Amino acid sequence: MLYREAGQFKTTYGADQAVFPIRQDQLFIALWLAVGFVLVPLVSSEYLLRAILIPFLILALAALGLNLLVGYCGQLSLGTGGFMAVGAYAAYNLCVRIPALNPLVAFLLAGGVSTLVGIAFGIPSLRIKGYYLAVATLAAQFFLDWVFSRVAWFSNNTPSGSITAPPVTLFELTFDTPVKKYSLCLSILVLFAAVAKNLVRGRIGRAWMATRDMDVAAEIIGIRPMYAKLSAFAVSSFFIGVAGGLWAFVHLGSWEPLAFDVNRSFSILFMVIIGGLGSILGSFLGAAFITVLPLVLNQLPQWLGISISTAMISHLEAMIFGCLIVFFLIVEPLGLARLWRIGKEKLRLWPFPY
Amino acid sequence: MPKLFNAGTLFVAAAVAGALINADAALAQANEQFVPMLVYRSGPYAPNGIPFANGYADYLTLVNERDGGVNGVKIMFEECETGYATDRGVECYERLKSKGPTGAAAFSPLSTGITYALTEKAYTDKIPLITMGYGRSESVDGSVFPWNFPLLGTYWDAADILIQHVGHLNGGLDKLKGKKIALVYHDSPYGKEPIPLLQERAKRLGFELITIPVTHPGVEQKAAWLQVRQLRPDYVFLWGWGVMNSTAIKEAVAVNYPRDHMYGVWWAGAEPDVLPAGADAKGYNALALQHSAGQGPVHADILKYVYGKGKGAGQKEDVGHVLYNRGLVNAMLLIESIRTAQGKFGKKPLTGEQVRWGIENLSLDQKRISQLGLAGMLQPLKVSCSDHEGARHARIHQWDGTKWVFVSDWIEADETVIRPMVEEAAAKYAKDKNLTRRDCKVGA
Repeated sequence: MLYREAGQFKTTYGADQAVFPIRQDQLFIALWLAVGFVLVPLVSSEYLLRAILIPFLILALAALGLNLLVGYCGQLSLGTGGFMAVGAYAAYNLCVRIPALNPLVAFLLAGGVSTLVGIAFGIPSLRIKGYYLAVATLAAQFFLDWVFSRVAWFSNNTPSGSITAPPVTLFELTFDTPVKKYSLCLSILVLFAAVAKNLVRGRIGRAWMATRDMDVAAEIIGIRPMYAKLSAFAVSSFFIGVAGGLWAFVHLGSWEPLAFDVNRSFSILFMVIIGGLGSILGSFLGAAFITVLPLVLNQLPQWLGISISTAMISHLEAMIFGCLIVFFLIVEPLGLARLWRIGKEKLRLWPFPY
Repeated sequence: MPKLFNAGTLFVAAAVAGALINADAALAQANEQFVPMLVYRSGPYAPNGIPFANGYADYLTLVNERDGGVNGVKIMFEECETGYATDRGVECYERLKSKGPTGAAAFSPLSTGITYALTEKAYTDKIPLITMGYGRSESVDGSVFPWNFPLLGTYWDAADILIQHVGHLNGGLDKLKGKKIALVYHDSPYGKEPIPLLQERAKRLGFELITIPVTHPGVEQKAAWLQVRQLRPDYVFLWGWGVMNSTAIKEAVAVNYPRDHMYGVWWAGAEPDVLPAGADAKGYNALALQHSAGQGPVHADILKYVYGKGKGAGQKEDVGHVLYNRGLVNAMLLIESIRTAQGKFGKKPLTGEQVRWGIENLSLDQKRISQLGLAGMLQPLKVSCSDHEGARHARIHQWDGTKWVFVSDWIEADETVIRPMVEEAAAKYAKDKNLTRRDCKVGA
């Protein structure tokens, strides 16, 4: 009833091939964009923006990038933190060494550097698959971690190894207030999500998915595995590199190599798995689940007026969070995005299910 | 079904009770000063984070229970768990910075990484950071870092005092020529902080500096100590934290490195660091940031007013441990700064900006320290615009198997070595960040 495409006739090929062919979906996206760009900046507190929404947006971008690689192309990667670090350090070095360069341009160039590094570490994927590839990319994570903490050149010879990002500006506008930072992250995320959505429904995305589903069969129907796999690594690393630059410049402002350690890789992989492999929406849902839930769990006792010791809260947080991950994976192994899809199908039939 | 109903009622009751308590709190809030606490009571740094947080909380409770607050302004405080992680620390900072009627008085993140991240924010949020014995070494220069207060000493002071001590043991600083000193450090901004000073000292005195990093969290140090065994340095300086310290002592035993040639920084010299190593830790030395373990009149008050009323944050037995005392001193310095600031701005809850003035004009003489019940544990200190430390003295204490014993007299860090480095680093920071320096002579 609510979600029925009956009566929406497609009269052109263009309409039939639209990103969101159904009017309800179009309205839904428009509504979310309106909420994101207009409502949230108007009503959100500084805490909500700085501590929850900005990290959520940036990690959603990283999860989106990883989902292209893991969810669409089927190449398991544990090097996300390392590729984020490449983006962050590349952007920093570009800004420091070429002072005239605008940080926003530096983000894109840093994404390019991350792409190159991603392709280099993607080469083993041509020979190894699955768990073995996961281990190979884990090596990338540790190697990149090591490089950034040991080679002083990357941190501009800062003795403490903690580096401070220059302010992000665009013409006369400096992104300094939480609302401006939030808008910047949201704009970049929307742009990249649109790119991703279009990539995965085109020739490249189909090549990725064919490779994911059965690489031998894909090769037989004429998809070059090297091209498909390396392009997935390239695009994914680009997204992740830009996310790394944003994380360092916009969210942290000042960071150390530990900000991009292996735990970051794991948490982004969990976002992809919990959100839904091979789903753009899933990347957002997963990022929301992993970034927001621990903070909510941490503050819930206080909102309810229950006084529990700080140590107990943080232990409970870890336990409940872990249990919820297990629960969701048992109830819906295909991720939160699958729940949404089920919901949509139910809405189509509602109120007359058969 | 009845069972479910019960759970529901309980939940509603809890929520209502919570709302009532909150309403109560809102009424009382108007005349309260909010003090945020960034703590870590879980994770690999918890053994050291817990006593510090307990000491901090107990002193604040003592001020409320014994004195009824600072000049009648009650202190309310709230903890937020950072787990020593920078991103979580920043989240906690955002969560707590605007609580209370006037916002947070001052933050003490107890992590150099978090301090680096918050330093940027302090300029816009106007909340001071008290980084007692840690943080950015160049933030001693208050003309560039108006919001940072590395009270009682920085890592450059710590490294310098250790060099002076081992020089003294050898019969003079010039006798260090040709010696080998290894720095085994936590691979983070914290552990890397002393390196510039040690390099400077190595250059001047002609000893060889070996730097050996240990990856977070420091439970795996075999490679580092094999290097120590191979290179046989004359002294090992340990810049560790949390489980890294006790692991280091155990590894030193394993490679048979003499413990009495090991010197920890003041964050590697407390009970949780030596107790896990058992009898093998005997002879291990560490810096004491002014005080060591032990109790004074203030502890008697804490036992009476805080633990006597069942309001203690930890175990009664742990009162007076090294890190407990450090948390206590940290809280005391903040309370005295608030008191100083109240002298100027009035006896009411103060903003971070007003508290900052109080810290910058904090002055504790011997008499006041005795009044506070901390005689013998602290040296007099006086903070000023150009000197955000206030004091730069420390002693060495040694673990005799059961307790810490002082083995040196007070040593003062050598300003002639450190000050030029501070000014150079601060000037570089000001230039990078495009800051205008305050003029300290005018007096802000």
